[in-house]
Amino acid sequence: MIEIPEAAAPAPTPAQATAQRSRGWLRSNPLLAVGGALSALIVLVAVLAPLIAPDPGDAGSATHPFAVLKPPSAHHWFGTDQVGRDILSRVIYGARVSPLVALFVLLIACAVGIPLGVAAGYFGGWLDDVIMRLTDVVLAFPALLLALALAALLPPSLTSLTIAISATWWPWYTRLIRGQAASVAGRPYIESCRALGISRRRIIFRHILPNAITPLIVQVSLDVGGVILTASALSFLGLGAQDPTPDWGLMVSEGQTYFTTDWWVVTFPGLAILITAFAFNLLGDGLRDLLDPRRVILR
Amino acid sequence: MTTYIARRIALAVLVVAGVVLLTFVIAHAVPGNPAASWAGPHASPAQVAAAARYLGLDRPLPVQIAKYFTGILTGNWGVSIHTHESVLSNIATAAPASLELVIAALIIALAVGVPLGLVSARRPGRPADQAIRAGSILGVSMPIFWMALILQLVFAQRLHVLPVAGEYSPNLLFTNPLTKITGFPVIDALFTGNWPMLGSTLSHLILPAVVVAAYPAGLISRMVRAQILDTVGETHVQMARALGLPERDVFGRYLMKLAWSPVSAAIALVFGYSLVNTFLVESIFDWPGLGSYAVASISTLDTPAILGVTLFVAIAYVIANLVVDIVQAVIDPRIRLR
Amino acid sequence: MSLDIAGLNVRFGARTVVDVDTLSVADAEIVGLAGESGSGKSMTTLAVLGLANTVGATVTGSIKLDGRELIGLPDKVLATVRGSQIAAIFQSPSMAFNPVFRVGHVAVRALRQHGLTSSEAAERMAQAMREVLLSPDLLHRYPSQLSGGQLQRVAIALAVALHAEVLLADEPTSALDVTVQAEVLELIRELRDRDGMSVLFISHDLAVVAELCDRVAVMQAGSIVEQGPVDQIMSAPRHPYTADLLRSVPSIARQG
Repeated sequence: MIEIPEAAAPAPTPAQATAQRSRGWLRSNPLLAVGGALSALIVLVAVLAPLIAPDPGDAGSATHPFAVLKPPSAHHWFGTDQVGRDILSRVIYGARVSPLVALFVLLIACAVGIPLGVAAGYFGGWLDDVIMRLTDVVLAFPALLLALALAALLPPSLTSLTIAISATWWPWYTRLIRGQAASVAGRPYIESCRALGISRRRIIFRHILPNAITPLIVQVSLDVGGVILTASALSFLGLGAQDPTPDWGLMVSEGQTYFTTDWWVVTFPGLAILITAFAFNLLGDGLRDLLDPRRVILR
Repeated sequence: MTTYIARRIALAVLVVAGVVLLTFVIAHAVPGNPAASWAGPHASPAQVAAAARYLGLDRPLPVQIAKYFTGILTGNWGVSIHTHESVLSNIATAAPASLELVIAALIIALAVGVPLGLVSARRPGRPADQAIRAGSILGVSMPIFWMALILQLVFAQRLHVLPVAGEYSPNLLFTNPLTKITGFPVIDALFTGNWPMLGSTLSHLILPAVVVAAYPAGLISRMVRAQILDTVGETHVQMARALGLPERDVFGRYLMKLAWSPVSAAIALVFGYSLVNTFLVESIFDWPGLGSYAVASISTLDTPAILGVTLFVAIAYVIANLVVDIVQAVIDPRIRLR
Repeated sequence: MSLDIAGLNVRFGARTVVDVDTLSVADAEIVGLAGESGSGKSMTTLAVLGLANTVGATVTGSIKLDGRELIGLPDKVLATVRGSQIAAIFQSPSMAFNPVFRVGHVAVRALRQHGLTSSEAAERMAQAMREVLLSPDLLHRYPSQLSGGQLQRVAIALAVALHAEVLLADEPTSALDVTVQAEVLELIRELRDRDGMSVLFISHDLAVVAELCDRVAVMQAGSIVEQGPVDQIMSAPRHPYTADLLRSVPSIARQG
């Protein structure tokens, strides 16, 4: 008798597949469960920051000259930084900064990218060419680079950071939506819609957009982690959040000089970045497995 | 095949032109006075005005663009405000170190990522697969500036197993000086038989390369796994097995050839990504490459240098993509037969 | 060589997809396995090849090749049986070949796997190609450059080159158009007549089965509901399912 080594499952019918995927997903998708739970926890921490942080005042521009660079202890779980602020509180408040930046970046990127993508895919022709060439050029820059150049030339702040990253992020969505829009726009039933006199606007909103939503959701959820890493990297370089904002990347950068002797100033904020990016990446991955296994753009 | 290659090259040239144009736009459209940035933060109004004339900012836009393009093509990428040297020459000096770092990182990433991806795909869903997948996701979630600091602290400063910073041990400059042939210390040491130097350069390369390799390794292992799982159920795989080919072969060479196409596309992607990641890692390791140059330029607001590095890395990325496209066409007949 | 299947059960966890009491293919006989899509016919092929576990299925029962029990043999041993003794051709010929390898490449590898040298393998394959009326030059092409009919004939050539004695043909003509179909069927007939090959011919197309096979087994939802000589089954079906199937094929219905 040949036993199952629980290898790849057989190819089920489409209906079976969806049902199968939605049913025991928890068991077969522990990553999604963990990612979802962790992400939710982080959001919760961010929302409840004033309540759970031991020293909420330290999230701002407080200084405690007598408590400078204290190692982790019962009083300060994560120790204190170079001006005496409680690192735990700052890390907790930091949960408000990164995910919020990511939210705004993705909103702007979608707000710019989706209409351009729809226009390119649905109308085609020279509009499509122009928009696609534009995305080609922006995408010719590796992910961090363009954002870095922009952020370097703009006055350093979280706003500049958000703008810089959004400016480099939108082309992915344009490409994605354009592909979807183009394939739907070419279908015969769309022509019938036009023939029946249905307005272009209605066609776009009722037929084209809904089809594009799922891959978009998957892509966005996968991008959250990436934006958080990009934002923290730029803050590390001094191009984003400025003191006293409790941004994790900035905290790592500030703690660099003291790192050899006072390891905690760098370790905990960086760990927070890692765990947050990890959580959202798990979530994004899990959503992708669940919703749309094939159509993700490699970033 | 040659038409395919010719087309790809033509396209790449067009993209590079677009990239140059975009850097021009950034330089001149970003709020802030380009003349002021050029002249530096401590310039007098007269100097700023002179800079404006020098930069041709009083000329009509098309003339400016043309001047910019010709400048780029002839090697005039501006003068660094900080070092007062030609930006292009600064870049040329710094580039080999970064390229060495990125190539070493990619080698590590492939050596780690591909086997892990294969193991992961062999028995999907099993503990090994779950662990490797979690590890890959961890790799792509890693803030590498933090990873660099931590590894440096643990391995160099606490355990003293690896050197802290630099490309090689400075003492060796006296006892076994390195002759510069290619500009890549490891290769130069190898070619000149300078064994102490070779050992030193390699040991200095390890930490930075491992840090930069984290993301690519994670990405590559996921790609390999996804590719193999995509194709493993297909008819031709069953056919290969039905012909009596051993599983080891089927899984290895047979499936890998199919997987190479997307994996090599991933290599171009991570090349670009890693080159930019060096910006975050080099200053921590005192690595004299583009990253350190870029970071220094950023902190001194050295606009020409910042733009120069941006342009260089973007062009390198376009070239990397082009090379991969061509290699892909050679390996995968589906592409050129289309 | 004969193939004897007895008490074969293939399941995915608790779901049984194949439950065959007995099914045999004697030496130099073409036996048809007929039924609708999804009735478990393809899984039977995989089970005979010992490849059911690659899609996650469990197999119990007995599959004997010339009296030798295949179930329970380690995969390494099965790999020697596959190809050299049992060969298979599949439904979609364009998908049966790895798109990034030249068509001859895999063939030669398989032959070398079974003990030939490169030159012997190349020679055998060329000879086999000529027997299926294809030019050996086609071996240098990529699968995308050959038509479905040509690819299917290459697959048959492979079986010939390997000197396989049992051929599992899983819907080999379904993806081909009628004229090409006739050629492929003729080839299979020739293999039986000239080389004494035993063929298990799986198809949902009863007209084809009626034309080609000596005996036929009708499969419904994984079990064989009726089997016997093809003329007998076609003209006097005893099971209602068989009758239904026959009714749905206009040419046979008119005859019977």
